[in-house]
Amino acid sequence: MGSNMAEAHPVGFQWVMEAKARGARVIHIDPRFTRTSALADQHVTLRAGTDIAFLGGVINHILSNDLHFEEYVQAYTNAPFLLSERYQDTEDLDGLFSGYDPHTASYDSSSWTYEGVEAEERPGRRHKEQAAPDQHGSGGPVIGGAVGDIAADPTLQHPRCVFQVLKRHFARYTPEMVERICGVPRDRFLDVCRAWTENSGRERTAALVYSVGWTQHSVGAQYIRTASIIQLLLGNIGRPGGGIYALRGHASIQGSTDIPTLFNLLPGYLPMPDITQENLADYLDGVRRPDQKGFWGNADAYMISLLKEYWGEAATADNDYCFDYLPRINGDHGTYRTAMDMVDGKIFGYFLLGQNPAVGSAHGRLQRLGMANLDWLVVRDLTMIESATFWKDAPEVETGEIVTERCRTEVFFFPAASHVEKAGTFTQTQRMLQWRDKAVEPSGDQRSELWFFHHLGRRVKDRLAGSTDDRDRPVLDLAWDYRTEGDEPSAADVLRHINGIDLRTGRTVGGYPDLRADGSTACGCWIYSGVYADETNQSRRRKSRFEQGPYDAEWGWTWPLNRRVLYNRASADPQGRPWSERKALVWWDEDRGEWTGHDTPDFEKDKPPHYRPPEGASGPQALSGEDAFIMMSDGKAWLFAPTGLADGPLPTHYEPHESPVRNLLYGQQANPTRKVYGRRDNPSNPAPPEAHGEVFPFVFTASRLTEHHTAGGMSRQLPYLSELQPELVVEVSPELAAERGLRHLDWAHVITSRTAVEARVFVTDRMAPLRVEDRTVHQIWMPYHWGSVGLTTGDVVNDLIGVVAEPNVLIQESKVLTCDIRPGRRPRGPALLEYVQDYRRRAGITPQTGTRIATTGDDHRPTHTEPHRGEDSP
Amino acid sequence: MGLERWIGRWPVYRQLTGPDRLGRGKAAESPRSAALGPRTDRADRVADSVCPYCAVGCAQRVYVKDDRVIQIEGNPDSPISRGRLCPKGSASKQLVTGPQREQKVRYRAPYATEWQDLDLETAMEMVVDRVLDARRKGWQDSDADGRKLRRTMGFAGLGGATLDNEENYLIKKLFTALGALQIENQARI
Amino acid sequence: MTDEHSLYGPLEDPAADAGHQEHPPRVGFFTDTSVCIGCKACEVACKEWNDVPEDGLDLLGMSFDNTGMLGASSWRHVAFIEQERPLGRQDPGLSDLPTGPSAAEHTAEVVADGLRDAPRGGGELGTEPVDLGFPSFELPGAGTGSETRTDFRWLMSSDVCKHCTHAGCLDVCPTGALFRTEFGTVVVQPDICNGCGYCVSGCPYGVIDRRPDDGRAWKCTLCHDRLRGGLEPACAKACPTDSIQFGPLDELRERADRRLEQLHEAGVGEARLYGRDPEDGVGGDGAFFLLLDEPEVYGLPPDPVVPTRDLPSMWKHAAVAASALLAATAAVFIREGRR
Repeated sequence: MGSNMAEAHPVGFQWVMEAKARGARVIHIDPRFTRTSALADQHVTLRAGTDIAFLGGVINHILSNDLHFEEYVQAYTNAPFLLSERYQDTEDLDGLFSGYDPHTASYDSSSWTYEGVEAEERPGRRHKEQAAPDQHGSGGPVIGGAVGDIAADPTLQHPRCVFQVLKRHFARYTPEMVERICGVPRDRFLDVCRAWTENSGRERTAALVYSVGWTQHSVGAQYIRTASIIQLLLGNIGRPGGGIYALRGHASIQGSTDIPTLFNLLPGYLPMPDITQENLADYLDGVRRPDQKGFWGNADAYMISLLKEYWGEAATADNDYCFDYLPRINGDHGTYRTAMDMVDGKIFGYFLLGQNPAVGSAHGRLQRLGMANLDWLVVRDLTMIESATFWKDAPEVETGEIVTERCRTEVFFFPAASHVEKAGTFTQTQRMLQWRDKAVEPSGDQRSELWFFHHLGRRVKDRLAGSTDDRDRPVLDLAWDYRTEGDEPSAADVLRHINGIDLRTGRTVGGYPDLRADGSTACGCWIYSGVYADETNQSRRRKSRFEQGPYDAEWGWTWPLNRRVLYNRASADPQGRPWSERKALVWWDEDRGEWTGHDTPDFEKDKPPHYRPPEGASGPQALSGEDAFIMMSDGKAWLFAPTGLADGPLPTHYEPHESPVRNLLYGQQANPTRKVYGRRDNPSNPAPPEAHGEVFPFVFTASRLTEHHTAGGMSRQLPYLSELQPELVVEVSPELAAERGLRHLDWAHVITSRTAVEARVFVTDRMAPLRVEDRTVHQIWMPYHWGSVGLTTGDVVNDLIGVVAEPNVLIQESKVLTCDIRPGRRPRGPALLEYVQDYRRRAGITPQTGTRIATTGDDHRPTHTEPHRGEDSP
Repeated sequence: MGLERWIGRWPVYRQLTGPDRLGRGKAAESPRSAALGPRTDRADRVADSVCPYCAVGCAQRVYVKDDRVIQIEGNPDSPISRGRLCPKGSASKQLVTGPQREQKVRYRAPYATEWQDLDLETAMEMVVDRVLDARRKGWQDSDADGRKLRRTMGFAGLGGATLDNEENYLIKKLFTALGALQIENQARI
Repeated sequence: MTDEHSLYGPLEDPAADAGHQEHPPRVGFFTDTSVCIGCKACEVACKEWNDVPEDGLDLLGMSFDNTGMLGASSWRHVAFIEQERPLGRQDPGLSDLPTGPSAAEHTAEVVADGLRDAPRGGGELGTEPVDLGFPSFELPGAGTGSETRTDFRWLMSSDVCKHCTHAGCLDVCPTGALFRTEFGTVVVQPDICNGCGYCVSGCPYGVIDRRPDDGRAWKCTLCHDRLRGGLEPACAKACPTDSIQFGPLDELRERADRRLEQLHEAGVGEARLYGRDPEDGVGGDGAFFLLLDEPEVYGLPPDPVVPTRDLPSMWKHAAVAASALLAATAAVFIREGRR
């Protein structure tokens, strides 16, 4: 679901085909019939943006028919824990949880806690602005106290235990409701339920694959939560053939999250400090509590080791290891906020590093207008891209909104070295780091990012040398002495520092358990610690698959500590025996007194299943021999998330920000905590209960083609790929084609309140209308790879999309919106602006549209708009 | 070339005298065909690499001759990809050797209608000037309540998912030391 | 050394028949279309290895197929067929949806119109002899015209030169540019080809074609150069799902038989092998296929016949004259060679 694996990850799909050949059943649930569907046993057509309703239906099916894996659920999840009496569910509050504040559109989550566990006031607004739930990675945020303190009912019968709350929460997600919301006939839905549950349990496991078809929604994180709940109920986590696979779309997008080029994170999912943290102790208290269970309990060692890597000798216990040098966040500093701040003239310079927001980001218009209002822009890429040439060929040049001679942005284009012209690691989608050797030298001015930033840093340091300004200390003290080969910094040496070094011996540490909080270790990213164990680049291992076992432990290196299946302790029962021989992965070897198996155990190697922590234990020591979920602060997998999520402890079906229908389950229409940016230059199409949704009657979704790559910089420039998909198309069903008079291969244009884009029509049986409640819903699909540069050019599909963000991670909702479609080409030049303005007028759109977030009850609910400058029309 | 050798290579002669009487096989083989072999055999070296497109992480072998890439294909040893590549991965050679690759720094001055050339050294120094200027203009010591910010909002960065871990590490480290927060990548796209 | 079946009928060892006395086993492709995901890696990997030029940036409207057909600059071609027909026990998820009639006929008509208007009647997509399947509107499995569509299948298949046991292109080539290699494959030698084009009409599959710029004929070589180095052809190596399998033909045939059986058991009754049979009109293909329906559905001729089927008897009569001609030509060549 939410993934078109055969098209977006073709080589990974070989394993699905192999499983199918061995008898696995493959089900593809997606708004369109894709190349993945073509190879599946079953395709289920679903209305885009309704996956939680569908999956919630599966949960309800499991719970109402007692199909869960009882022993697994009892032992490894928080199902038995009792919740606080203060907790109120969406069942009680018409789609809202307790703690909601309509004025900030955020929750105080303090009532979502376990009974008997101290809950602190959690100002939801700050949480949401900073994408706080994105921090801590898989670790889970803080809950205090040991498990012994949490009231529990092992029989799972107590009305306030997580299991019963879950049951009640999902009770209304019936097959009938799934049919009415998702448009999936109930028989079809029950087929999927049967296949999923029959293929789970002791002897069998089922895996689930998702991609950005799930994440790019205003409820994206909760999509994945819903899947996790199902997989936990069925015992499919930590076990071979089970799991939830996030297939990511760039070579090292996993790596750039682990070692983040993100505003709210430091390496290893340590949060960026915010304004409430005066010193290191404050900061660490926000990350972990001294009495906390699990491996996040050692966060002090991870953080201090990072500060030692950043500031070397300058970082000492006396100066809080230079904690004070870190800049503080105090709100949303995400990429869309930044683009709007550019439009508003608040930002002067911008680096684009292998990314092409003029095409690849939602609301391309906003991106380009922002870039046209900068002092300077640095673009580093392999080829000329739209984000470098917007000043002369953006669509806004045609409409007159950008006039080249009046656009002041100074643009530097630096040619980048390609993947064969530099050495380094990518982290692939299953957390595996793989080293690339350098094959050839780059030519001309082509340089690696490593070169560029190393020398930029060196030059800046030189320039600031001798400065007495306090703000320059972090630059002057920065440890920036990586080994170089010629004038190229050594990527291996950087990786070595990422791995971590024991400062007493000067040798690399063996893994994060070796890190210390006393300043004696330096480590750039604690979760990557071990990648350079024994002074050896473990990511460079390439022992052939023909020469090793099924888990191929000596190919590359997977974080953490080369464990291939996370939480694989759960593949064995509480006593440490495999749930079944067929599904054995790791197990306790009583004779040798250690965990062993096919994979590296994701558990302390010598901690026996019967281990119980002593009174007052904390950190890893507090984990019992049955606490398989070693990063969690209670050692359990969370069916119910007592803290950490901005939009609720349980997933709930909300309609997308732009939807043609009213939420059939609750008065609350859409995610009550979604982040809206109500601005004239970011209009929304109206959605119920607002009027005039009929102006944009169709559901729109966009995605990739196999033959192209993201914004096209690495594919539209290549003849061999361009010829395979030479033109932008829009796919419609025969039914919609008939309704709108669209003919195969003729032109049509798609319109939203942002703009209109044109494409050639593809009428195909692969698109089908759905019956939702009492109406027929048509869905429209476009690939988003095109722009103005390259061998094949076309309109920018992302220009159709407005900016509205998911509150946990601030990802934009770009997988579902509403639109209209008309035959023929779109108007050109200034006429395009008038045409779209006319649509906005007919739909009654103002900056307030879509920003009245709370929709329960009759009260006058606040809008969430931004003060705007001037009266310039969007 | 001696007559005998020459005539021995003449297809019609070979057809009349050899086992390929219809002249459709051995007798018809041209010198080029006879000498044919995979160009990868002539590579000076082979570098192990990883496909730069999606996140599956397919292993690639990069064949190099005279310091030029002459072929990129899958590495069968990989337990992830087993030597296979999708169309994009298969187009990697075109990606890295094609004429679309920019070789030189390009510069567009404010209000200019065309690119101009700029040498790398000058460009780097100009970027240093601009970074420091933007950093200063956007500097914030504390918020309205006097709480520490110690940051600059003057410049931002976007990108990282196509880059190496080591590169992302240096980017984040340098930005952080400069007090720059607004750094993002494709993870939210 | 010539066999009575040198030009038609079953032939055990075409390489030996072509004068390769000690030669490796005959190799070929088995393309199992039931696992093809239509990614087109084969098309790109082929072009990258063989330096085949780009073949036009044209949107064809034939589902995701923008290559059209095999030709001088497309040695692999992935066909995409969208039809209102079931595929085995696959559930396409359409029943009980508010669907109307299928679009298959509409799109086929549009594409066919476009092809007719194109220069050479669509011939720029390749050669004319092969029926694209569309212009007749009677494509097997095309729309049934039902009011509400409930069936659907999306077939994908990577086509390639068949490296026939009896190769029409080779048999009619007057220059010896086309030849049978020691691997039993059929290859055009660009250093010999003079662009006469006889081979183009000699191919019963419409595979081989001339490149407009240099006039010479080009087609799949089964990566002759790679075979020499013990490597598998570029397309088979890249194929993500192993839809394209390379190996000794005998082995491939056994593998194909097993796979067919497996699919039949799984309820895909229409599955069949194409080009597997040494008794067929070309003596069996070196590159054969597992198809999920009749060959016409994929734009493949149902009963390809080598145009030289009647040649053996003709050849006997012509042999004497031909020898005399060759002797005369030899004299000319020798004189020129001396200069």
